[in-house]
Amino acid sequence: MENNLHVSSSPHIRAETNTRDIMLDVIIALVPASVMGVYFFGYRALLVILVTVLAAVLAEYLAAIVLKRKQTIGDLSAVVTGLLLALNFPPSIPFWIAIVGAFIAIMLVKQLFGGIGQNFMNPALAARVILLISWPVQMTRWVWPDGVSSATPLVILKRGLMAQAPGYLDLFLGNVAGCIGETSAAALLIGGIYLVVKKVIGMETPLAFIGTVGLFTWIFAGGSLFTGDFLYHILAGGLILGAFFMATDYSTTPVTRRGKIIFGIGCGILASVIRLYTDYPEGVSFAIILMNVATQLIDRFTVPRSFGGEKNAA
Amino acid sequence: MFVKKSFSGGVEVPHFKNTENIQTEKIGVPDEVIIPMQQHSGAPCKPTVKEGEPVKVGQVIGISESFISAPIHSSVSGTVADISSMIFPDGRYVATVVIKADGKQDIHEDVKPPICTNKEEFIEAVKNSGLVGLGGAGFPAHVKLNPPKDKNIDTLIINAAECEPFITSDYREIMENSADIMDGIDAVTKFIGVSNVIIGIEDNKPEAISLLKKLAAGKKGIDVKALRTRYPQGAEKMLIYALTGRKVPPGKLPMDVGVIVMNITSVGFVGRYLKDGMPLIKKRVTVDGSAVNRPSNVEALIGTKLSDVFDFCGGFKTEPFKIIMGGPMMGIAQYTLDAPVMKYTNALLAFDKTFGNVPPETACIRCGRCYRACPVNLMPLHINRAALVEDMDALHKYHTMDCIECGCCAYSCPARIPLVQSIRLGKTLIKKAQAKAKKDESQKDVKS
Repeated sequence: MENNLHVSSSPHIRAETNTRDIMLDVIIALVPASVMGVYFFGYRALLVILVTVLAAVLAEYLAAIVLKRKQTIGDLSAVVTGLLLALNFPPSIPFWIAIVGAFIAIMLVKQLFGGIGQNFMNPALAARVILLISWPVQMTRWVWPDGVSSATPLVILKRGLMAQAPGYLDLFLGNVAGCIGETSAAALLIGGIYLVVKKVIGMETPLAFIGTVGLFTWIFAGGSLFTGDFLYHILAGGLILGAFFMATDYSTTPVTRRGKIIFGIGCGILASVIRLYTDYPEGVSFAIILMNVATQLIDRFTVPRSFGGEKNAA
Repeated sequence: MFVKKSFSGGVEVPHFKNTENIQTEKIGVPDEVIIPMQQHSGAPCKPTVKEGEPVKVGQVIGISESFISAPIHSSVSGTVADISSMIFPDGRYVATVVIKADGKQDIHEDVKPPICTNKEEFIEAVKNSGLVGLGGAGFPAHVKLNPPKDKNIDTLIINAAECEPFITSDYREIMENSADIMDGIDAVTKFIGVSNVIIGIEDNKPEAISLLKKLAAGKKGIDVKALRTRYPQGAEKMLIYALTGRKVPPGKLPMDVGVIVMNITSVGFVGRYLKDGMPLIKKRVTVDGSAVNRPSNVEALIGTKLSDVFDFCGGFKTEPFKIIMGGPMMGIAQYTLDAPVMKYTNALLAFDKTFGNVPPETACIRCGRCYRACPVNLMPLHINRAALVEDMDALHKYHTMDCIECGCCAYSCPARIPLVQSIRLGKTLIKKAQAKAKKDESQKDVKS
């Protein structure tokens, strides 16, 4: 019997939460935004979500076979990537583009760099940006279920057509043109708060990101300084989706508290600059993947001092 | 709302204090005891007895010339059966004395209450008692109580936090031997000259808190403070910070911030020793875990084999998968039931496969839970990577040596990465590199 005693390093017990539980929490947190997307944009939005998620899982499954890795579809991370990607698509996107996007996200951005935890850019966002550059027309065509197309709140703002701008309540609830999952600030906030309460994410990044965009647009977006409509900028576009669900991605953002704040502020400045001073109406995706690239650098300079210890020489 | 002072980080662990209301039972004298010559941090002792020699209870059987060491006594009367090198429960080879007990428990003539009239005599008595830190670290008590002159000690902290799951041996000491504890505190404060005493205890032990508060009420300078129940509240640095707001810097000792920390069972022992002069030859041990038939608190003679202890507790109800000496967070897994109870053993846990099996490791997702859980503010995910690829620069950069090995990181890791194991590997790599650098340096000196 004694030969059967198992020996290993302490600790000998583990908390219950595993990677799959965390991914499941993210999926749960995205349900309200998905439901609102389907409610406003119709059954086609639901089909886009299903197709993209299935394609992402299939890509993950095939990648494991091709790369001779352990099968990881069970950890649900591919479902999260697929869902986030789908929520960043316009409801009218051709299915083949959605499928190509899912394969780019999983195969190219995630698996070729080593799989879960190793990718240096958010897979869903990197794929979205590649699609946006490759098929700009299909990626920015906003059509309602009744076939009427319209401009997103940020495009309206960019063109200076403020008479057509939706009210704050429509922006908050999500009854505006835009990507499937980005329009309903209310639904995204419910999901975001769920993640904070479940301690899946911290408040640092979302607050720093949204706060910076608010401050920046308040100062610079108006006709004169300090007159910008910051609330419109916060509620319109993909800011809340990005701040709570993309800028908090574990693999591609800093680990330390200070690092997260720096990351959030950097995202906020970049997103605001792109929105206000470039031809693109929206800059959240670009901002986050640009900051993703800076994550290693931020991590290197934010190593905390140990308890009672001296400041670290970087 | 009143917020209890605490440290940042840490984890909420299940309490499993199943044995808190179980009275301590004495295990009888075993047929033989196995007594390693190192049961403390510091230099190992050399055996002072020979094979075949008769010994009595309380007789010194091992001493060391080194300052940081503690003498070792026989826990039985009988005959020395064997002296050999054995694998010590923490994995090292240590000289070990095996004594066949005669069951008579004749007490050695040197065992008598010590005469203490001043600090020097008190320190000498504590040294002769063989006392080491009974909280689990095993640091020789006489060294701790005798800091260099330039250290100005103003506070004595009594560690009764007992933050590890399952363990209730300190709690039973409070409930059963509170008078000894108070006598011990009196002696330490009187001879060491510390006027301020704080007893720190987690707030999941209300009965012990009210008992200690009642006893402390009549005394000047003894403060009983309830602490937030959060692991590792009983880790020395965390405890000192929670009670005094002082931070012990990495590589420094409590004495460097004016504090002496003693485990509550240790002070209880001091109180008893001053009365009866019996050295440290027995220890209260919590026996629990999913494979144990009758979870108990037992008083075992030092050197009692684990198999004897588990037999006393009704044996195993299922096949034990893992045996742990100490708590589930920091305890050491044992490979044999022939290992002995040692001075600082506070718990013996036996887990079946369902409870004791750690789920398989998956890839790090950089979630940062290890960093958030670390009470000393390290980044275990980076140390893990650095240790596995032997990146020495990164090991230094991420303060590997400052790790207190509390286990919070690995406990909270959703990918079940054995982070403490790789941090220990990292520490070993650093120590090896330092030893090599020292050797190269001395060779260079010889050449030039």
